[in-house]
Amino acid sequence: MNRPPQGWPKTLRQWARTPLPWSLAALLALTLGMPALRPLFAALFPELDRPVYQQDSFAALVLAHVALVAASSAVAIVAGSVLGVAVCRPAGRAFRPLLESLLAMSQSFPPVAVLAVAAPLIGFGEAPALIALVLYGVLPIAQGTLAGLDAVSAATREVAQGLGFAPWQSLWRVELPLAAPVILAGVRTSVVINIGTATIASTVGAKTLGSPIIVGLSGFNTAYVIQGAVLVALLAICCDQLFERLQRRLSAWQPRQEDTAESAALPPLAGH
Amino acid sequence: MTVRNPVPLLLVGLMLLAAWTLPLLSHAPNRLLSGRGIQLATLLHGPRLLLLLPAVPLLAAPWLPPRRGCCVLLASAASLWLAALTGLAGAEAARLAGGADTLARTSLGGGYWALFILGALLANDALRRLGGAGGRLALAQLALYLPLLWLLLSGRLEALSLLKEYANHRDSFDEALGRHLQLVGLTLLPAGVGGAALGLWAFCRPRARGVLFAALNIVQTVPSLALFGLLIAPLAALGRLLPGSGLAGIGLPPALLALTLYGLLPMARSTLAGLQQIPDGVLEAARGMGLSAGQRWRRVELPLALPVLISGLRVTAIQAVGLAQLAALIGAGGFGAIMFQGLSGSALDLVLLGVIPVVALAVAVDALFKLLLSLLEVGPR
Repeated sequence: MNRPPQGWPKTLRQWARTPLPWSLAALLALTLGMPALRPLFAALFPELDRPVYQQDSFAALVLAHVALVAASSAVAIVAGSVLGVAVCRPAGRAFRPLLESLLAMSQSFPPVAVLAVAAPLIGFGEAPALIALVLYGVLPIAQGTLAGLDAVSAATREVAQGLGFAPWQSLWRVELPLAAPVILAGVRTSVVINIGTATIASTVGAKTLGSPIIVGLSGFNTAYVIQGAVLVALLAICCDQLFERLQRRLSAWQPRQEDTAESAALPPLAGH
Repeated sequence: MTVRNPVPLLLVGLMLLAAWTLPLLSHAPNRLLSGRGIQLATLLHGPRLLLLLPAVPLLAAPWLPPRRGCCVLLASAASLWLAALTGLAGAEAARLAGGADTLARTSLGGGYWALFILGALLANDALRRLGGAGGRLALAQLALYLPLLWLLLSGRLEALSLLKEYANHRDSFDEALGRHLQLVGLTLLPAGVGGAALGLWAFCRPRARGVLFAALNIVQTVPSLALFGLLIAPLAALGRLLPGSGLAGIGLPPALLALTLYGLLPMARSTLAGLQQIPDGVLEAARGMGLSAGQRWRRVELPLALPVLISGLRVTAIQAVGLAQLAALIGAGGFGAIMFQGLSGSALDLVLLGVIPVVALAVAVDALFKLLLSLLEVGPR
């Protein structure tokens, strides 16, 4: 009989405590098993003829939702980080106030407003959804990139320069890795916001997990609303926890900012 | 000549491009036919050329020295330019509507919106370079739109289709405004008090912080539409249990509850941050002076934490203005109702009638809170 390895029970306990596996399991089970809950919804809402949303399978809706968010987030990550880096370079520094006032201005536009204005102009469906998602996804990432690069101390940059790094080398090998956790925090906010915006995007005809909610609201079918809302809430929570874990990984891997600054300041001192 | 500031160069370049390629107005014989675009250049003739006067400093902006006077000149020129552009659009719409057919519609085109946003950015850039405290900057930013407001109130824009939509929906517009303000106002009170209490609790009990903020973070993570939806069934059940309570699954109660729940996190977070940033030395000095706990709270801790608290309330308020737009989907009314009505009819003007006031409201709330903050910072502690 093999005894489990020493750390095993501890790991098991940790597993039980971390919420990510549980929320992922719940998401998966509800996505695939929603039709099986039919008796429950029929009992809760006896007045409804069709207590489970059947126009699309929930798996297809989850996939469509994830695809919309993934595509827009990919564009937003590239655009947001490029913008953030560009206004921190000497050549683009003059444009930083412009980017900041643009970010501040867009805060007063609710995402649903962008969707509603875009839809009559370019047609209903996925296209206005993608525009709104990319626009709102860029903001937190650009903000995170700005904050992350700002936090890199001048001493660190000077050391990189002293080591003979070219400006782009210093950016790529020193500043961006140090800024990575803050940028990742921006990506996390961006993805969570995008999951919400994609839900609203069903009001302009995009097929997402918001569709059962909208259909349910307009048809007084509360069961549909609950089914869509529970799934999309679980999806957002899972993504958030996934990013939290990624952030923890990243900050465990990377040297602490203060230490780097200190060790960066060390060489000249050691030369005394 | 050397370019002293590349930002206006980019913005002015984009403005010229927008004026050249996009139509300023779109004119349609009725609302079913698609419109014919009207370029800015075709409208400028005779005395109307005077309207271009405010644009002259804007065109020169990249080469102006970064002096105070120049920044003031640029900001006021940009402000007048926004009004001139809008006035031109209104005058042309009135001229086109001069004929007998009242079905004709003249709406603002892509060129107008592009020129407007670029002009506002130019003005903001000039104001930012002026510097100054947050409150004065916020006031100046609001003052930019005064000429525009005068134009709007003077009735010179009434021939534009947006204003025609307003005239057609005046009653529902007023109702939406009242309801929207009601939603935001009724959210601020419980979210402010509840969030501040939670933040205070987290400050006194550091052990509870992790759980509290994890829970609030989960609420913030849930998409707003989902939260609205999830509250319907429980509140409807509650309403059936307590018939006299006025609770119901749709309408005001779930909307207010959801908006309040969303407001708790920014409020609690800033309360905690506000209390944490008080230096220990200050508290010790207060204790040394013989102040009791209650006196310390009233005369030291609260005044020092107040600015951070107010900025939390600002985030909560701006968030509520935007989220209230969605509350229309669960029957709570507000400007969202007008917007979704326009969306279902694919009527852009009606959508804009529901969107523009919300943006203006968010900008105004933001400026008001910034003003309040600057008053607190200057005033006696």
